[in-house]
Amino acid sequence: METFVALGGGFAVALQPHNIALAFIGCIVGTAIGVLPGIGPLNAIALLLPFCLALRLPPESALILLAAVYYGSGYGGRITAILLNMPGEPSAVLTTLDGHPLAKQGRGGAALAITGIGSFIGATLSVIAMTFLSVPLARVAVAFSPADYVALIAFALSLLGAVGGVSAPKAWAAGCLGIMLALIGIDSGTGVERFTMGSFELLGGIDFTILAIGLFAIGEILLLIETRLRAQAEALHGGQRLTFSEVIFCIPAMLRASSIGFVIGVLPGAGASVASALSYTTEKRLNESNGKFGQGDLRGVAAPETADNAAQIGNMVPMLSLGIPGSGTTAVLLGALLMYNITPGPLLFEQRPEVAWGLIASMYIGNCMLLLLNLPLVGIFARLLTVPAWVLYPGVLALSFAGVYAVSNSAFDLLLAIGFGVMGWLFRKMDIPLVPIILGFVLGRMLEDNLRRAMSLSGGEVSALVASPVSIILWVMTLAAVVWPFLRFKRG
Amino acid sequence: MNRRALLAAPVLLPAIAVAQGFTPQNPECIAPAAPGGGFDLTCRLTTRVMQEQNIVPVPIRTQNMPGGIGAVAINHINAQRPRDPNVLVAFSTGSWLNMAQGRFGRFGENDVRWIGAIGADFGVIAVKADSPFRTLADLIAAFRANVSAVPVGSSGAVGSQDWTKIALVARAAGQDPRRMRYVPFEGGGAAMAALLGGHIQVFPGDASEVGGQLDAGQIRLLAVMSAQRLPGRFANIPTAREQGVDVEWPIVRGFYGPPQMPDAAYNYWVDALRRLQAHPTWPEQRNAQGLFEFNMVGEEFAALARQRVAEYRQLARDVGMVQVAQ
Repeated sequence: METFVALGGGFAVALQPHNIALAFIGCIVGTAIGVLPGIGPLNAIALLLPFCLALRLPPESALILLAAVYYGSGYGGRITAILLNMPGEPSAVLTTLDGHPLAKQGRGGAALAITGIGSFIGATLSVIAMTFLSVPLARVAVAFSPADYVALIAFALSLLGAVGGVSAPKAWAAGCLGIMLALIGIDSGTGVERFTMGSFELLGGIDFTILAIGLFAIGEILLLIETRLRAQAEALHGGQRLTFSEVIFCIPAMLRASSIGFVIGVLPGAGASVASALSYTTEKRLNESNGKFGQGDLRGVAAPETADNAAQIGNMVPMLSLGIPGSGTTAVLLGALLMYNITPGPLLFEQRPEVAWGLIASMYIGNCMLLLLNLPLVGIFARLLTVPAWVLYPGVLALSFAGVYAVSNSAFDLLLAIGFGVMGWLFRKMDIPLVPIILGFVLGRMLEDNLRRAMSLSGGEVSALVASPVSIILWVMTLAAVVWPFLRFKRG
Repeated sequence: MNRRALLAAPVLLPAIAVAQGFTPQNPECIAPAAPGGGFDLTCRLTTRVMQEQNIVPVPIRTQNMPGGIGAVAINHINAQRPRDPNVLVAFSTGSWLNMAQGRFGRFGENDVRWIGAIGADFGVIAVKADSPFRTLADLIAAFRANVSAVPVGSSGAVGSQDWTKIALVARAAGQDPRRMRYVPFEGGGAAMAALLGGHIQVFPGDASEVGGQLDAGQIRLLAVMSAQRLPGRFANIPTAREQGVDVEWPIVRGFYGPPQMPDAAYNYWVDALRRLQAHPTWPEQRNAQGLFEFNMVGEEFAALARQRVAEYRQLARDVGMVQVAQ
């Protein structure tokens, strides 16, 4: 009951006209940021923050705006992933697997619509969970130890074989390559430089954005050049619009993805990439008999996008209830509070209810706005494909490069992206899947960091990795995921 | 300061005459990191106040130059614009550590002109509220008993700022810092989560990042690593020195200029920082950045910078952290 009163107070804040307007602006900016592969919500929020201060926005309004940019970006990443096979953000990588085949079948519009609905469902269910369970959930989340993270990430990695298309060995090899790329830079444990070849630019490691733009965007363009642009824009028409029964068909997948996304999102340091990978592979495994995953299954786009948005909201749980950022972006949001002389922490809900509850209420409103914005726009987005490929792809590439350069100011990064582009092009020709490279890259770094944490905590005692019930369950699932394909093979 | 420099160097008279007439043109503040980090805020917020309060008549553009935790920026100004009078580069205590450990290649504390500090955050030693450690002496005793038995965690690798902070305490206990059970996390937030979750026992963090948990009574601070006690919610927390442990850890934030920045421009920027620090609205703006007062500019500050880098270099040698022989 108390919660309802507090939430009501939050709505009183969030429904003020200027706050509605700011949430709306944030949603639009966020979607745009998500569409562009070069720039992420973290950069956008950091750049908007000084404007909030200069405009003397009250803290709750600033946070409503900045948070809307954050969760709005979760809606944008899918658009280029589906239509152009270029993920706009890390967590949209999985969306390319079925999204792009759908677009090629002329069902790009349907894929956009179902992911819009999925994003809304994932985000809204997460906000509801956050409203009522924030504090106890955050307590549980901090109890998750480095050893538990190791098991969780190992489980996510064990599913790599499932995202590689036809050849599991190629998927594994690609995943290992991703892990190797993640090793470049200063080693987190000892401070020693690894594989930097004396280059300053590589000290901080390879940025995910660079790898993704290279492998996907540039690789795709090189392939187009090679085929002399004959591969014209995929037939947009002829594909069926999304039907109501298809939405119903995807609902169970979305509900599962919402819970996976939210739970993973609440854990500080896991994040949306892990969530979308887990939910995609879960759906694929659950529906092996009746699915056509990898060739354009609607559930294959709905699940990762739903989980992505659910995880983003989940990420805000430790931020609001404990004052602990769960990701880089929430760390910047926390920094914004600090700049308003508000101490983010466990007392935020008591000391500044208008900020905490105003933000939560605004997320209900913002997600409705995003759904209403996104559904009618599906047609317009899909029409992107009627733009001739020789205009469209270089245009997207130019925007990505501009984004990368604006953030990093480094020509080296652009050259690196081109290098990865050539790699991506060669790999496409050799049928080596790209998604496992990305997942290996993201998960490999997390796995190493957490493994070292677990090992230094236990003093090198390996048994510490299976010391908790959570880790034991996750390891058993990992083992099952690795062994399962072989068992199936025997039966078949 | 201007006048003293002028008396000390009569040959520079004509230059100084121009100095007083120096007007910045298209000035630029380089933040050696992507948008959103501490360097970025140092640039964006400081330059905004400078412009709003008319301390500097023209807007100062912020330029992000990430790469090699600052190495790219120091290379850039040394190689391409060593005399540029219109460029400031943000730095922090972390930059000093990197210089001391040879991470900036051949560039060190003598390859820039230290303009001044805008403020400082301070190290704190945090433990969970129900920790058996009640004072810094308890922790020192535990370190003495077995330095490898106390799991310590913080953001950054071995050799980073947070590691060095607790390494100094371990050394004060007469222990080898390399034998600490140190767990690096991705950012202070993750380390705080590990502290609250009971995975680590000690979190050497920064004052600005522990306020929320301190207010809520979830953590206890054994010591602040400042020369004097800090104000506000930290007023009751004794310094390390009060407890007989002679270590300090200010995280100074400020600016340096290119190695051959003309005196005219150097004096102009030193004076701009001094006027900023004297401005009545500054304390509030500085607090908003999570910084405490730390007003030091010009030659006095340059001396401090050199002294600190020398100290950190010695520490790095002692624990075998130096990358490139200097």
